[in-house]
Amino acid sequence: MSEELEFFKQVKKVYHLLLLLFSLFVIAGGALVYYMSNPEFFNFNKPPEVAAVVEELDPDRIENGIHVATGFVDAEGMMTVVRNCTACHSSKLILQNRMNADRWNATIKWMQKTQNLPDLGKNQEIIVNYLATNYPPVDTGRRPPLTNIAWYELD
Amino acid sequence: MKRRSFVKKATISSFATLIGAEIIFGSNILEGYVPLALQDPDPFKMFNKNKEMVLLNDKPWNMEAQAHLLDDAITPNSCMFIRNNGLIPESIDVKNWVLKIDGESVTKEKTYTLAELKSKFKQYTYQLTIECGGNGRSEFNPPAQGNQWTIGAVHCASWTGVRLRDVLEDAGIKNNAVYIGYHAADIHLSRDPKKEPISRGCPMSKALQDETLIAFKMNGEDIPLVHGYPLRLVAGGWPASVSGKWLNRISIRNIIHDGEKMGGDSYRVPCKPIEPGEKIKDEDYCIIESMPVKSLITYPKSGAIITKGKTLNIRGHAWAGELEVTKMEYSIDYGSTWKMCTIEKPKNRLAWQHFRASIDFPQTGYYEVWAKATDSNGKAQPMLLPGWNPKGYLNNACHRIAVKVK
Repeated sequence: MSEELEFFKQVKKVYHLLLLLFSLFVIAGGALVYYMSNPEFFNFNKPPEVAAVVEELDPDRIENGIHVATGFVDAEGMMTVVRNCTACHSSKLILQNRMNADRWNATIKWMQKTQNLPDLGKNQEIIVNYLATNYPPVDTGRRPPLTNIAWYELD
Repeated sequence: MKRRSFVKKATISSFATLIGAEIIFGSNILEGYVPLALQDPDPFKMFNKNKEMVLLNDKPWNMEAQAHLLDDAITPNSCMFIRNNGLIPESIDVKNWVLKIDGESVTKEKTYTLAELKSKFKQYTYQLTIECGGNGRSEFNPPAQGNQWTIGAVHCASWTGVRLRDVLEDAGIKNNAVYIGYHAADIHLSRDPKKEPISRGCPMSKALQDETLIAFKMNGEDIPLVHGYPLRLVAGGWPASVSGKWLNRISIRNIIHDGEKMGGDSYRVPCKPIEPGEKIKDEDYCIIESMPVKSLITYPKSGAIITKGKTLNIRGHAWAGELEVTKMEYSIDYGSTWKMCTIEKPKNRLAWQHFRASIDFPQTGYYEVWAKATDSNGKAQPMLLPGWNPKGYLNNACHRIAVKVK
């Protein structure tokens, strides 16, 4: 009986040793693969400015009321717009445009018809409300005046 | 880029395999990774563009010039606008690239390798004005949906290739042919392989013109990737969307081509004038063909300050779609009086024409120099916006620059 117990204990020991070895192997392997694609990570002498870069890459960061990653105005429904609209096209396409709810809806309909946009369900109202509120049309008349003229001396 | 993304994917999947249950940790790393690896490459470097070009969109790529960047007689790549509807093809196998001619109205379907196209047919070089149908869209009121082009979606480069007519005739055109439609290797934004980002075309009459080319060179070199390498259909004077990039198939159709962006409000305008903001039925739209008369002052750049008594020499280009510009004028009093500019003949049909003028200002103050071109049918550019249309096409209103005399 005690012999059997002894054997069982030994097996357990070997098992633990093997497990430890295997874990070490996994960690070392993982670290190696990580190093292969991102050697910078293991460079501990890098200047501290890297921390600032990492901060800038935060996908949710808001600065002065603007979502840094997309340029959207931080307002109700913004993240729904980010999730549903910027997978296929750039936020720059939205930011250039100014439309009322009717025409934002028509644009969504066009994307569903031709661009493989799926049905947005309840999100459509949230999206259109956000866009029509934050990016409504502006009346520019029959010909807008010249603006933002960068004056310079011509020889 | 491709290699890096492979390494990234391989790394993540290796992690998943190694860590197994701890995949949550893996996905945390993933989150940190993606913005790093997918950081936008610099499009100005990637496409060799002038730093003063204006980026309108990065997925798909859309970039326009400013007036003063278009001063060259022949537009260099660095200042040519980019208008893409889908994603740039990810791999281009030039050796096995073929152009197929098919459709209901082809006598016999044929395919040509690039080498065959170059050796079998005579080559021609033309300087051709290519303007985006939506150039000037940003000024429409109520605003029109799409990329908000201001004035820089036009260029006039030199294109070398074979005549589309020669290739179509080699395959044989049936009597019932009415239109050609192009197909290309670009990728739909949704990455759905069954969808084409754009597949437009033109009536046979335009397809058979001397200047309509299947081009493989731009300004004497291989066409840059973003402008359609290795093969591009080039149809000067018509909306740039007719000049299909990454060309791999042309269908000779017995109907008006019904490819992507041939219908709806794409590159179509109301057949009859409508009230701004008005909605119209699908059958009341007409496809845009020849672009309207237009001009740009490319020198000096807007915002010049000059001293009193000095003459200001202005210059620029004017074009008129299928037609020629026969008169070029400028005004420094908001159209109250117009004075003549000198205008040159085009280098060849469908190339833009260069104009110049010397201006003396009567006194100090703020001025705007307005330029107005008139085509061979007597139509001139309007000073105000032309007829409103749902997608904001064909804005050919006069270009103007600001000048101060002190």
